[in-house]
Amino acid sequence: MQDLLRRYGTGLTSVFCLLVAFWILVLIVLPNFAMFEQSFRPYLPVVEVGGPKDVYSFANYSKILDNGFESTIFGIPVTLPIHVLTFLDTVFFSALVTFFTLVFAYPLAYYLAKIASPRSIPTLLLLLFIPMWVSEALRAFAWYVILTFNGPLNAALKGLGIIEESIRWQNGIFTSYDAIVIVLTYCYVLFMLFPIYTAITSLDTNQIEAAEDLGSPWWRTHWRVVIPHAKPGIASGCVMVFMLSAGSLLVPTVVGSTKANWFPQTIYTWFNDALDWNTGAAYSMIFLLACIVFVILMMRLFRVKLSDIAK
Amino acid sequence: MSRNRAILGHLYFALFVLYLLVPLAVMAGAAFNDSKLPTIAPWKGFTWAWFGDLWADQTLWGAFLNSILVALAVVALAVPIGTAAAIVLNSISGKYRATLYGFMVAPVLAPGLVIGISTVLFWNQLGRSTGADDFFLFGRGLHLAILGQVSYIAAYVMLLVLARLQSFDPGLEEAALDLGANHGQVLRRILLPHLYPAILASAAIAFFQSIENFNVTLFTKANETTLTVYVFSQVRSGITPKINALAFLLIVLTLALALIYEMKRRRRARIEAEREAEARRAEEAMLI
Repeated sequence: MQDLLRRYGTGLTSVFCLLVAFWILVLIVLPNFAMFEQSFRPYLPVVEVGGPKDVYSFANYSKILDNGFESTIFGIPVTLPIHVLTFLDTVFFSALVTFFTLVFAYPLAYYLAKIASPRSIPTLLLLLFIPMWVSEALRAFAWYVILTFNGPLNAALKGLGIIEESIRWQNGIFTSYDAIVIVLTYCYVLFMLFPIYTAITSLDTNQIEAAEDLGSPWWRTHWRVVIPHAKPGIASGCVMVFMLSAGSLLVPTVVGSTKANWFPQTIYTWFNDALDWNTGAAYSMIFLLACIVFVILMMRLFRVKLSDIAK
Repeated sequence: MSRNRAILGHLYFALFVLYLLVPLAVMAGAAFNDSKLPTIAPWKGFTWAWFGDLWADQTLWGAFLNSILVALAVVALAVPIGTAAAIVLNSISGKYRATLYGFMVAPVLAPGLVIGISTVLFWNQLGRSTGADDFFLFGRGLHLAILGQVSYIAAYVMLLVLARLQSFDPGLEEAALDLGANHGQVLRRILLPHLYPAILASAAIAFFQSIENFNVTLFTKANETTLTVYVFSQVRSGITPKINALAFLLIVLTLALALIYEMKRRRRARIEAEREAEARRAEEAMLI
């Protein structure tokens, strides 16, 4: 701080500090505090706000436990509150999306970092970047066009004689979340690719060659040399993809079936259709807490710091 | 062995690019199908009609303009905030730095809808507690979308500028001060010129992040919408291939920009290679 004052004087230093304070306080801390505070208040008509009914309680949070719903988890029948079920589904299928993107992106990241010729890299990266510039809404819409009942996928498969009847892809084959998983994987796979690519680039190729010269089979070279080195990139990619998937509202709404509920959709319904902002706040607090727990878990699991993840 | 692997790699890359591009091509193709539903099969004949529809859609162009304005406002706020944050962060160390850094990058990882909801609730409450409920600034609207977006986009700016600051030599500022420059001059003539590449890059990123943004905008907007939200609402409520026509135009624009960028890069690379070759020849000539 002394250093700043000496270099830029009182005036400029206070401008810097004011900008930072505005950001941290007005845009980050106070809004989250407001959400926290409002989530404990009941949803009341304007005239009753501040009245005798306006007391703090956990009522909004306990709404997530309402409405038991018969369901099965891995074949075991259970009765779960419907919103809890939605929450668990969201977490599970987001994890699945994260896994798929990792499996798709890792070989490609390795190819870009170590196999492709360095001179062609800028061109290859540009090719990969093109879909990123097309907005997410349109990318989801592209899959809507493909998966729709009378769409090209059914037509192509029927033309090839693979299937006889059109399939309702949006209702899913394995689970009702198939379409959501497919499209989320498509939308976010590049968020997995780039951190891993950056991490592998910094690995000295001699290490890979040394492992190979010493007789290590390819899978062990990856398992013991490349993957440990790429760990911060993998952690970063996993956190990004999981967060984006679990927080996506657009993709589930555009391609999801009516049976597939995503937790952000539940929050949006409270917020926008029921106009119950307080319960919406309570639900997003739950969601936020889950996200924080996930990030901390990943940091522990991969033994990385926050500064490694947010790059 | 390693040649096989390289071929496998090329193949995988080609398949991957195909996987990324085919859905976009299908979507763009449907813009020319004379069918009420956006699809390429069955093909009912070629038409330009959807582009006419697109042109006539006033709401869409309004939303497009809104997107640009919001993005410009986000750039105008996020770039100074992020730059100031990087400078402040760079000048402190230890425990406070880690805490401050944590606060700054947290919104990047936070889900967009949480940012949106918390922003709306905060300004709403502020309006209520100051008794100015009806004052437009406290209600939902695009101005709150701007503030919500700035809260996490500023972090991208901060990260980029902070990285650039690592290569800055503070001795230059010392020298300028010793030679009698005032504080404003030190900032304007010494520090900022060094940071400009990072600031420009972060401004571009901030602009596109804002255009792309969906979650924050959906929760904070009132009646006025941005392009992404408009496309979303169109897709949800019975779509026409008008959106495909829009997608086609955007994809063509993207491809054109990518092509120009690639050609410029190649020309630069060629000039550099020639220069290097010349230098090498000159060196060899000297040795002889």
